[in-house]
Amino acid sequence: MTANAFIAFQKNEESRAIVEAIVEDNPGAIVVEQPAMVKVDVPGRLVIRRATVEDKIGRSFDLQELQIHLITISGHLDETDDEFSLSWLS
Amino acid sequence: MDMKVDKKLGLKERYALMTRDLAWETTYQPMDKVFPQVTYEGIKIHDWNAWEDPFRLTMDAYWKYQAEKERKLYAILDAFNQNNGHLSVTDARYINVLKLFLGSTPPLELMAARGFTNVGRHMVGAGPRVACLMQAVDEYRHFQTQVHSISNYNKYYNGMNEFAHQQSRMWYLSDGKSFFDDAITAGPFEFMVAIGFAFEYVLTNILFVPFISGAAYNGDMAAMTVGFSAQSDEARHMTLGLECIKFMLEQDPDNLPIVQRWIDKWTWRGTRKLASVGMMMDYMLPKRIMSFKEAWEMYFEQNGAALFNDLARYGVKVPKCFVQTVAEKEHVTHQSWIGFYMKPDSTPFHTWIPEKDELDWLSEKYPNTFDKYYRPVLEHFDAQEKSGNRFNNKTAPMNCQVCISTIKFNDPDDPMKTLIRSKTYKGEKFHFCSLHCEEIFDAEPEKYIQAYISSHQVLQGNCAPEGVDTTAPDFEPGAHIAAYWRLDKAATGDFNGSEDQANFAAWRRQATSN
Amino acid sequence: MTVAALAPYEFASRDRLENFHGKQLVYVWWEKHRMFSRPFVVALTPATPFRRLFEDYISTYAWHPDWPHIVWDQVIWQNGDEVFTPDFDASLAQNGIGHKDLIRFSTPGLDGIAGTGY
Ligand SMILES: [Fe+2]
Ligand SMILES: [Fe+2]
Ligand SMILES: [Zn+2]
Repeated sequence: MTANAFIAFQKNEESRAIVEAIVEDNPGAIVVEQPAMVKVDVPGRLVIRRATVEDKIGRSFDLQELQIHLITISGHLDETDDEFSLSWLS
Repeated sequence: MDMKVDKKLGLKERYALMTRDLAWETTYQPMDKVFPQVTYEGIKIHDWNAWEDPFRLTMDAYWKYQAEKERKLYAILDAFNQNNGHLSVTDARYINVLKLFLGSTPPLELMAARGFTNVGRHMVGAGPRVACLMQAVDEYRHFQTQVHSISNYNKYYNGMNEFAHQQSRMWYLSDGKSFFDDAITAGPFEFMVAIGFAFEYVLTNILFVPFISGAAYNGDMAAMTVGFSAQSDEARHMTLGLECIKFMLEQDPDNLPIVQRWIDKWTWRGTRKLASVGMMMDYMLPKRIMSFKEAWEMYFEQNGAALFNDLARYGVKVPKCFVQTVAEKEHVTHQSWIGFYMKPDSTPFHTWIPEKDELDWLSEKYPNTFDKYYRPVLEHFDAQEKSGNRFNNKTAPMNCQVCISTIKFNDPDDPMKTLIRSKTYKGEKFHFCSLHCEEIFDAEPEKYIQAYISSHQVLQGNCAPEGVDTTAPDFEPGAHIAAYWRLDKAATGDFNGSEDQANFAAWRRQATSN
Repeated sequence: MTVAALAPYEFASRDRLENFHGKQLVYVWWEKHRMFSRPFVVALTPATPFRRLFEDYISTYAWHPDWPHIVWDQVIWQNGDEVFTPDFDASLAQNGIGHKDLIRFSTPGLDGIAGTGY
């Protein structure tokens, strides 16, 4: 069984758009809402694409802005200008 | 020379220019004299440039985003305070969780800041140095913002004003202090495994995610905004810890056994430290979102298993304590609460027996253990309190020589028995709460024989307030302990009948009626 | 093993006997009565009669409803893992109780509140 990579955000308008983008780009994403926060699990690899977030949020978006809303992550991180990914190799 | 970095550069180029290119090989002094601490632990590094922060965060971007986080945070704090937010928490018992948090957490954030400042100085590569610098600044920020958010409560409720004095003196704060003292007096690589990896990556999720979400659920916007703002830095801290582990393991196969010993040690020390955090979730939040057991399963067992399976390719094994922590998740929070409940004179926060519906919740969440071991004794305490015989164990505790927890955890094979392990080292007896603590002692006995155990300090006559003659023939160790701790009498005792309880009720009445 | 360090690493134990000014530490624990959470510690001179340890300190366990039901001649006393029979009129030293020894006692048939070990 592949382990889940996950990410959690504080609940707000920006993270709502980010979570929508994750759901669109990651088939199999599981969204769990908890008080004041939202956690998204994806088996194996979770990717956040800048282009999709920009589409949802309606403005240009720097992936490093994610950090303002981040709560926690699980998985090996790789970040470029266009993609932010978390993955487990096994 | 124009030092402005071209904004059109990609993230990778910008990171290379603004981080790695800032380092140089020293010439006036050899590198090993400038960086004396990176070798003596036995960790072998061949190429420091192989270290890269996967966030690729540069200092300029760091300041920009951190400033934005602070602006958001203080706007929320101001709004909360201006609106008498303290009266919007579920009930006044909740405030006691803040008192325990204030004593135990901000001082450790400060220690983390010191530790990362030190490690940032000693790491050779610019990658880890810059990441450690950012983390050090983050940890100062966590310390400050936590104190700021709670300072508003301090205007209204008892027990918060002496947390800094109490941190290095009070019995129940010694375990956390010992955790960081142990880490900070280790070498830079062990510190990184202790705090960056075991604490940040493997364990802080429990402290900051379900617990802070729980604070939000209980109407505490101040703790919520501070907790989540801190946690937004934690993703970076976790990444640094995991990066350090991978870096050591990739650099040289000889590093594996050393790293494994540290993973075993620090996962266990962190687990012991978290028993009281779990207790805050199960007993001190009037509205509960998940039990400690559920949080442990989600964030330690599942997430930890994913992590350790992944690291297996380097030869890393699941920490030795894993099995024991899984068995203990059903017990530790109840044992911790009993440990605090029975000492009403010795904490600057109140304790209580949960209401019936809360006991029912615990029965439901802990079907294997709560009714069998814990509910009857809590109901006994409750009946005694109601008949004017509130439990008050006035004796001084026995502590584990390594983790400094009071020795209160059960034998893994028999929940009715307390596990106490003992051994003699250089003619003196030492006692431990667990096999894991004993093994940590065995690896470095010279370190742990120096442990600060507060009840022993009292009995040595070292805990008297200024002006008391400890050499006087009638001096009685322990007689002045409340004054030594600067423990406000009004902050102690059962919640029922406390000043906080009465004030909160009166103020809430004022706020909701004419 | 020893501590990896850049300089000689040797320190005295913080809780060595001489730091207690003529007294020694004794820990006490009543097995299967975990409502007291953990063993307690006291500092006494080695010449202190065992009876004083009992009457002044061990008796604080009397808050437990099992206490009046203890059949004292059936109690099993241990110093660490060793079973022993304390002589109440002899001193700690004469009873072989040294610095930081753990005195534990079991009361057969009494297993705490509702048999929970508490
Ligand atoms: Fe922190
Ligand atoms: Fe951190
Ligand atoms: Zn321990």
